[in-house]
Amino acid sequence: MVTPEQNQYEPIKSVHQVPLEEFYSSGHRTCQGCESALTMRHLAKAAGPRTVVTGSTGCMYVANTSYMTTPWIIPWMHTQLGAAGASALGMSAGLRALMRKGRLAEERINVIAFCGDLGGGDMGLSGISSALQSNYNLLIILYDNESAANTDIQATGLTTYGAQTTFTPPGSAQRIMQRRWKKNVAGMMAVGHPTCRYVATACATYPPMDLMNKVRKALSVGGPAFIHTFCPCPKGWDYHPRYSHEIGELGVRSGIFPLYEVVEGQVRYTYDARKRRIPVREYLTKQGRFAHLVDEDMDHIQQMVDEMWEKWEVPGVAPFKGPLSEA
Amino acid sequence: MTHTLTATGNAYVSEELLTGCQAVAQGVRLADVDVIAAYPIRPYTEVMDLISKIIADGRLTAEYIIADSEHGQFEIVKHASSVGARAFAGSSGTGWLYGFEALAVTATDRLPVLFLVGNRALDDPGAFGVEHNDALAVRDLGWLLCWVTTPQEALEHVLIGYRVAEDRRVQMPMALAMDGAFLTHSQHIVRIPSVEAARKFLPPYDLGDRRLHPDNPISIAPQVNEDWVMEIRRQNWEAARRAPQVIAEAYREFDAIFGTDYASSPFFTEFMTEDAEVVLVGLGTVAAPARTAVRRLREKGERVGYVGLRWFRPFPTVPLRECLRRFQAVGVIDRDFAHGSPDDGGILLHEIRSCLYPAAERPAVVNFIIGLGGRDISIADCQRMFDLTRQAVGAAGGDGLVRWIGVRE
Repeated sequence: MVTPEQNQYEPIKSVHQVPLEEFYSSGHRTCQGCESALTMRHLAKAAGPRTVVTGSTGCMYVANTSYMTTPWIIPWMHTQLGAAGASALGMSAGLRALMRKGRLAEERINVIAFCGDLGGGDMGLSGISSALQSNYNLLIILYDNESAANTDIQATGLTTYGAQTTFTPPGSAQRIMQRRWKKNVAGMMAVGHPTCRYVATACATYPPMDLMNKVRKALSVGGPAFIHTFCPCPKGWDYHPRYSHEIGELGVRSGIFPLYEVVEGQVRYTYDARKRRIPVREYLTKQGRFAHLVDEDMDHIQQMVDEMWEKWEVPGVAPFKGPLSEA
Repeated sequence: MTHTLTATGNAYVSEELLTGCQAVAQGVRLADVDVIAAYPIRPYTEVMDLISKIIADGRLTAEYIIADSEHGQFEIVKHASSVGARAFAGSSGTGWLYGFEALAVTATDRLPVLFLVGNRALDDPGAFGVEHNDALAVRDLGWLLCWVTTPQEALEHVLIGYRVAEDRRVQMPMALAMDGAFLTHSQHIVRIPSVEAARKFLPPYDLGDRRLHPDNPISIAPQVNEDWVMEIRRQNWEAARRAPQVIAEAYREFDAIFGTDYASSPFFTEFMTEDAEVVLVGLGTVAAPARTAVRRLREKGERVGYVGLRWFRPFPTVPLRECLRRFQAVGVIDRDFAHGSPDDGGILLHEIRSCLYPAAERPAVVNFIIGLGGRDISIADCQRMFDLTRQAVGAAGGDGLVRWIGVRE
């Protein structure tokens, strides 16, 4: 395997060290309080100008990038809903081929592809898997707002159990239509791709600067990398836009969204929810999408979250349980 | 089985016994393609078997990616093309349709990748053999679409295809179609061009100011909605309208370098049509039995000929109209189906009738659905089609006849 060249970035230790330059700027038409847009801004800021980005179909395409008002100061291209992985592969391969043949100057150009939870957690899984198996330097960022948020808030494979969406409305016969437990995408990527050196989860606002540092690590580690970000969505989750940051923080601190990085197979918790967790009710009750849940439902979600942190072999990451059998 | 040609100054350096797929692989080597994405499906897949070996042996420097699916394969080459790399992929049958979304956007993004389509029937039920519905599915999307009939043409149309597709006036993706099995896996002696001659004919790919690179920070394919979609479709339309001129130019230059004769009839070939009354027209390898049938019928004094259509997109409307209007009857051979379409004919029938409509005097046009799923088309089948076409001359109700040939009824 080719050893990919390394990127050198300084870690951002305080807000004063955050670069002032914006590479994702005005021009987008996302909602107030949109954390997905903040993820975009931070990834661009952290990566810097020698970067190419693709965005697969989703609200960060449709609401984000309109003709003649593009917010992208770095080069950007649309890719298809299920094609984040393939687009990153194609760009990386193209750039490498042209540099090998001397038709482009040798330099490290960051290749980043982003996708939403529908594009990354459902349709695009196989392409992302393919990209993470490669030896190209590339980063896939799955911004997860737990719905097809641009299409009118439909449930995806990453929607929280019990949530109301336009595909999962509570009714008189069935209180809960969203009965699927959220896929564990980052864990799936980490477990499934033994040569992938960097997999992480993040939240754009909590802890502050964490996402930017994770983007920089991902771009420096060499080879393909994957980051799954937790992106509260005021429209889809039904809360006032001013609380986006708070909802993100509550999601992390309740342990419902584990925050960690896996570097060369080593798990490091960014927020160690094994040690301290607030009740998941504090997170659920602040969002209209859970307004129809009763105590029993909240207890079930709490139990599942507790199990994730107390019973899983690698808590929050890999849902294998108990000691291995001898034969 | 290689021997070196002795003639000095020849643009061809050797001869090899190659299948259609293997010839395309040699074309990819000579085109110095930068990025190749592979995914297996019969019958196109043999091209990737050879390309991977060519790369393994160091005869081509390229990034070679085994994709997760056809959709992944097509998106990989689309994005490789967007950063300025010459890219190649291919598929067959349902694989081609699995990646269909990517095929649509590759055309609207105006990225000049080249794909091999080894024509194969669409499942279900499963069939490995040739049908043209797979490649024809992109006919309305802004693709260049061309059928070759020999491995020699296949190799040469990799170079010609990239040259036309990448031309600044065109910038459309190119589908190089060939009949599954009958050409993909049929061996012929192929003259191999020299690297120098290939380079002379095919300049390096230059996407210019449309290349995605940090030094050229553009946004590609943002949301435009009804504000701009019509203008962008119009640009695609104009590019397709410019393509015939660029194709003709490319053939002239190819002929000058390689001594071939494409330019005299760039879009379709005519066989013994000069004094013909009745002709068949078709796509792909049906040319072989059809030409033999022409020779045999000519021996009996029948004035028949064959027109082999090479370029389906852009459709050679005016030259083909001028060609076909000379005859009394035209039998259109469709190795495809268009269920529920006008007169329940095949796709080529509709294109040709539409093409002929403005002609003041039109030949009778009849249609044959034949050879689906790779069923053999015999010389006797072709003779029968000539007979049926001749019967349409002057016959009431003969015009518009659609017949299935070689089907159990």
